[in-house]
Amino acid sequence: MIRKLILTFTAFSLLLFAHAQENSNTSSIPSTNVKSLEGKTFDTANFSNDGNPMIINFWATWCSPCKKELNNIAEVYEDWVDETGVKLVAVSIDDARSQSRVLPYINGSSWEYEVYIDENQDFKRAMGVNNVPHTFLVDGAGNIVYSHNNYAPGDENELYEKILSLSNQ
Amino acid sequence: MKKLLLTHCLLLWAVLGFAQDELQVRGNFSIEGQYYQQDSAISAVVPDEQVALQGFGNIILTKGKFETGVRFETYVPAFVGYPAGAAWDGTGLGYRYAKYNGDKIEITVGNFYEQFGSGLILRTWEDRGLGVDYALDGIRVVARPADGITLKGLYGKQRFNFDDGFQNGDGIVRGADAEFHLNQLLDSIINLNGQWFIGGSFVSKYERNRSAAFDFPENVGAGSVRLRYQQGGFQFSGEYAHISQNPTKMNSQIVDIPDSLSPSTGIFQFGQALQATTSYSRKGFGVSLTASSLANMAFQSQRGADAFDSWINYLPPTSVLQTTLLAQFYPYATQPNGETSFRGDLFYTIPKKSLLGGKYGTKIVVSYTHVQAPDFPEVPGFDENREGVQPKLFTWGDDTYYADFNAKITKKISKKFKGSLFYMNIQYDNDVILGAYDYENVAAKGKIYADLIAFEGDIRLKKGHNFRFELQALFTDQHLQDWFAVVTEYTISPHYFFSAVNQYNFGNADGDKFNFPVVSAGYIDGGNRISLSYGRQRAGVFCVGGVCRVVPASNGLTVTLTSSF
Repeated sequence: MIRKLILTFTAFSLLLFAHAQENSNTSSIPSTNVKSLEGKTFDTANFSNDGNPMIINFWATWCSPCKKELNNIAEVYEDWVDETGVKLVAVSIDDARSQSRVLPYINGSSWEYEVYIDENQDFKRAMGVNNVPHTFLVDGAGNIVYSHNNYAPGDENELYEKILSLSNQ
Repeated sequence: MKKLLLTHCLLLWAVLGFAQDELQVRGNFSIEGQYYQQDSAISAVVPDEQVALQGFGNIILTKGKFETGVRFETYVPAFVGYPAGAAWDGTGLGYRYAKYNGDKIEITVGNFYEQFGSGLILRTWEDRGLGVDYALDGIRVVARPADGITLKGLYGKQRFNFDDGFQNGDGIVRGADAEFHLNQLLDSIINLNGQWFIGGSFVSKYERNRSAAFDFPENVGAGSVRLRYQQGGFQFSGEYAHISQNPTKMNSQIVDIPDSLSPSTGIFQFGQALQATTSYSRKGFGVSLTASSLANMAFQSQRGADAFDSWINYLPPTSVLQTTLLAQFYPYATQPNGETSFRGDLFYTIPKKSLLGGKYGTKIVVSYTHVQAPDFPEVPGFDENREGVQPKLFTWGDDTYYADFNAKITKKISKKFKGSLFYMNIQYDNDVILGAYDYENVAAKGKIYADLIAFEGDIRLKKGHNFRFELQALFTDQHLQDWFAVVTEYTISPHYFFSAVNQYNFGNADGDKFNFPVVSAGYIDGGNRISLSYGRQRAGVFCVGGVCRVVPASNGLTVTLTSSF
């Protein structure tokens, strides 16, 4: 009985605070640790792009739609960077099974992205990602302003419109 | 339990009340429902309830350096075949924690997931889709006292099952890990070429010995050392692990223990493992090699745990995870009791505007995996010492557990069309791996040799509209023999997708030539996604880490709703 009461109490207090939060829709990047391709530990709260918009994309070497998305963006990435100053941070959730394929895959694909590895999915959990691919757009002040789950060819156009509206502000 | 919850509430209020920074809320939800239909031809399983519903919701609150989170879970009941081991049932709290995230120190109380090195002796993790949750419940401290030094310590019990709330197993897990980035550490003394990392871990588990007949070790210790080096496109990483004498239900399968000697007791032996991988890559070219050997490496927090439960360590299969539909007939599952394996991968892009590269270039990926049975020398006198075998590394037994060769060529033909061709040859010992199932939901017997070929095409239609198709064929004289599969998918960016899939067992000379059609449709809006799918599912297995879950055949309607915020 007491247990149920405490549970209910916790749930309500969480909802209350969640509700109180509703009107201020700013949400910044949480602090967790990921690894750079060199093996260095990196705090995700320090992801930044000097006041320009930034894309954070969760992917894995075994996920075909993820690779399709990043390969399709790679074709237009140079133009995006030139026009908006955007930067794409690709976070791989490959674990010990497939991690050794990440660097060869990236080099093989000639991506110009900043790539990190989230080997036990701490960052994925902190960002509330259900499954990959999942793409977030962060504005120049570090607020997450848009996100999209899954990938269908053409989704990158919608993403680019959001980036443009950010850089025009 | 009550105390923990109370502590949780107090911490929650402390976090929310005292910190000055802005409060942030984030999380995600997932709800899946399935309606099961009778379909006796494929031995489809229908639970008594006819409908299964499962879901979870995570809420994480952050304020400055403080963070707290909970996950509610519901299984009313869980899907058919969802986790095979301990029960997951009812509705309640699945996970809760409070965390202080300082500059040099991070403290977590409650549930947490952690990985030491590559996970050979400790990785607690979750995969909600597969029904895997090995969360620890206790305390964890991570310290970064100086640049280039990371120290971790943890103490806790491990999630075992779910009955209106998560429940921990009996075992206690304790561990410490240290990792040093030598370049930063030795900065003032020498200038190293490349990036050097070294690390070491120690993990021990405690479980009371309740047996009167056996002198089970109550404390089992495990240690590991690792090295990682990188310079430019060259990378090496390796880890060696050792586990002290650890008799369990799992390792009793290493030797044939006669019935007169309590077969499920296990053998009193140590375990060890070595994994190394090296890769070199530059623009348009990459190669990677992996070698791995395991001997008596099942490390679970409960001595009597089943194959799916209470894993402290993570033993990934050496083979590459294939997502091609028909390739999922024969997934490899790591053999924690012993195996010797190798893998080689090659990535190559034929440059643009060359003869074979064409206008856009051509991508080639080739991979070969071989997994061999070990050949452990026998230790005589089993009835007195219960040692059984000597767990040596990189021994080569007679049996090939698994081998696959696969190659994929991807080519963009024009702005509108992109295609790929995939070939795979598989050798699979189902007596050991137990991954292939027949129409009675029974594992097939013997070795399976299969060839698979798949063609995928991606056609861009008008703006935002895309059509994708796959034609796949699998040829084998064993198991259920030959198959043909068609996958079609139509997407309208950014909101809609429709797909129709059929797998047809056309070459089944000994039985019915079944079709397995599935149609689905979905709607996506930002971080939210809803999908409906209807059709027949084959019996099969999901394998992750050293763990496989059997999913029996079913037929029916599935609704999935996921949301991130």
